[in-house]
Amino acid sequence: MPCIVINKETCKGCYLCIEVCPKKSIAIGKELNSKGYHPAMPVENGECSGCESCMIVCPELSIEVYDEE
Amino acid sequence: MKNKEKRLMRGSEAIGEAAVRAGCACYFGYPITPQNELTEYMARRMMDTGRVFLQSESEIAAINMALGAASTGARVMTSSSSPGISLKQEGISFIAAMELPCVIVNIVRGGPGLGNIAPAQSDYFQATRGGGHGDYRTIVLAPASVQELYDLTRKSFELADEYRTPVLVLADGMLGQMMEPVVFNDKEILPEQLPDKPWTVKGAKDRPSRFIRSLLLDVDVEEEQNWRLYRKYQRIERREIRHEEYYMKGAELAIVAYGTAARIAKAAVKRCVEKNMRVGLIRPISLWPFPYEHIYKTAETVKHFMSFEMSTGQMVEDVQLGVKGRAEVLMYGRPGGVVPTPAELFRVISRAYNKIAREK
Amino acid sequence: MKDAATHYCQGCGHSVIHRLTAEVIEELGIADRAVGVPPAGCAVLAYFYFDVDMIEAPHGRACAVATGIKRANPESIVFSYQGDGDLAAIGTAEAVHSANRSENITVIFVNNAVYGMTGGQMAPTTLLGQRTTTSPAAAGREAHREGYPIKVSELLASLEGSTYIERCAVNSVRAIRRTKKAIREAFLTQMNGEGFSMVEILSPCPTNWKMSPVKSWKWIDEVMTPYFPLGVIKDSRKGSKKDAG
Repeated sequence: MPCIVINKETCKGCYLCIEVCPKKSIAIGKELNSKGYHPAMPVENGECSGCESCMIVCPELSIEVYDEE
Repeated sequence: MKNKEKRLMRGSEAIGEAAVRAGCACYFGYPITPQNELTEYMARRMMDTGRVFLQSESEIAAINMALGAASTGARVMTSSSSPGISLKQEGISFIAAMELPCVIVNIVRGGPGLGNIAPAQSDYFQATRGGGHGDYRTIVLAPASVQELYDLTRKSFELADEYRTPVLVLADGMLGQMMEPVVFNDKEILPEQLPDKPWTVKGAKDRPSRFIRSLLLDVDVEEEQNWRLYRKYQRIERREIRHEEYYMKGAELAIVAYGTAARIAKAAVKRCVEKNMRVGLIRPISLWPFPYEHIYKTAETVKHFMSFEMSTGQMVEDVQLGVKGRAEVLMYGRPGGVVPTPAELFRVISRAYNKIAREK
Repeated sequence: MKDAATHYCQGCGHSVIHRLTAEVIEELGIADRAVGVPPAGCAVLAYFYFDVDMIEAPHGRACAVATGIKRANPESIVFSYQGDGDLAAIGTAEAVHSANRSENITVIFVNNAVYGMTGGQMAPTTLLGQRTTTSPAAAGREAHREGYPIKVSELLASLEGSTYIERCAVNSVRAIRRTKKAIREAFLTQMNGEGFSMVEILSPCPTNWKMSPVKSWKWIDEVMTPYFPLGVIKDSRKGSKKDAG
């Protein structure tokens, strides 16, 4: 099943990925990165369809999309 | 055009032909009197030789086009007159900062403001003190004949390439209009015969990409860059000073003048010499770097200098710096586009000379 | 692109637009011929991100510098990357005349209706009623005092010499995909020697609009797009379906 990996350090917490995810499978994480942002992170047991919308909108190229875990 | 051929040329055309024969690949300019003949000459010649001529929408656009073209390694030239050169100052500062070669011709006219279209020498400060913002210098060459307009324009391309710096050719409407014979003592170079430059931005083929810029936010880096440029300017000061003198042997009063003023001064000084007055003429050809050392050495024995300029007095400050207080420095100037006659200057020099003789 | 973390703000459109431009350049196989001219503005450091030859220009003069580069070296693929202040305020003459001469250059015009780098002042494309640091009245920009926002794409399209002009946005997945296509068409215009191309991209500036990135996207839809309509404004290339006007 497809999944995404978000680079916690380059994410600037704009959350546009959350806005566009059709499966609502991304959420605001609880951790802080070294720049002081709460990076977005894939939701546990999310339903990622591999549509790549998040990757396309991410300004920081922080998201990679994989076909399988 | 064959080498060693002698040809009667107008000053503005001599500048243009020198550029073409130096392998100038691109010319950008905007109409302004009294340098339109140069722009029009370049339009024809660049078209004849299949090179780039573009009349830009402003002098600002022209200097920026020159900046862009220079970054590809091409030899480039732009020309204008006083107010247009004011517009180019930011561009020139950038070109100096980015260490790009570029030739800029200023056919000086009366100012300030809109002024008039008559010849003047009131852009000396603008040319030699940087003109634009920041710690930089431009090499400034001041021809005084049509032959020199040719030779020095040709030289300016070489200096620009050698030092990766903008070079200003300072002339005026009178020099631009006059017709004198010119001998081509050089070999013509085509743009494609010029060697490749290792720093150009023409597309990163088979090499890492590079960028040319002048924004250095880190002050330590910017400081180091400024000192680097400063050391380059010091090298230029050691190697590129040019001047000539006439009738200086035994002179008690030295006239200092450049360009058209030097032509007038030469005639006036000749008349002085015929009347057994001990007067000579020093003619700076490079205004930056200025021949300070030579003036200082001269001031060992010559205790009176007179700066003669077609302005209210700008080069006089450099003469004062040169003598370092060991000689008197006088000034005679006519600003606003007035071209004094040798007779008028002769009268002024005579009065000064007689005063010096009385006070001895 | 180079492997560097960008200095752009959270949710800024520049990052996405850089990426799209770089992808197009790579896909078209022109990276070793490309020369870019960044602006004075937030994207002034674009040469740290783009892995192609680049040269700085004085504020507003990128179109003139690009003209010089292209005329001197026609094999290069030259693009300028400019904001609304750089292109439509100080750079208006250079933009108009490059388009008028149909220079074979490509302009990536990032329109965020504000002067970003200098802290959010009014720009030529600031909307009526929009408050900025130099139009701080409660009513924001008012026509009688500050004039109207300029529709740069339409302005340049009115010139005979401009060839391909499209306005896009980067406020949704669909819009981003469309922007990439537009950038591609623009570069193809240059590669085929067909004249002046420009892509105007409505881009969010969450910091100076004082909105969240998500709200900025909505603002583009609700406020910017009605005034700056999206679409191909002009396509006078050979064999194109759409014509000027």
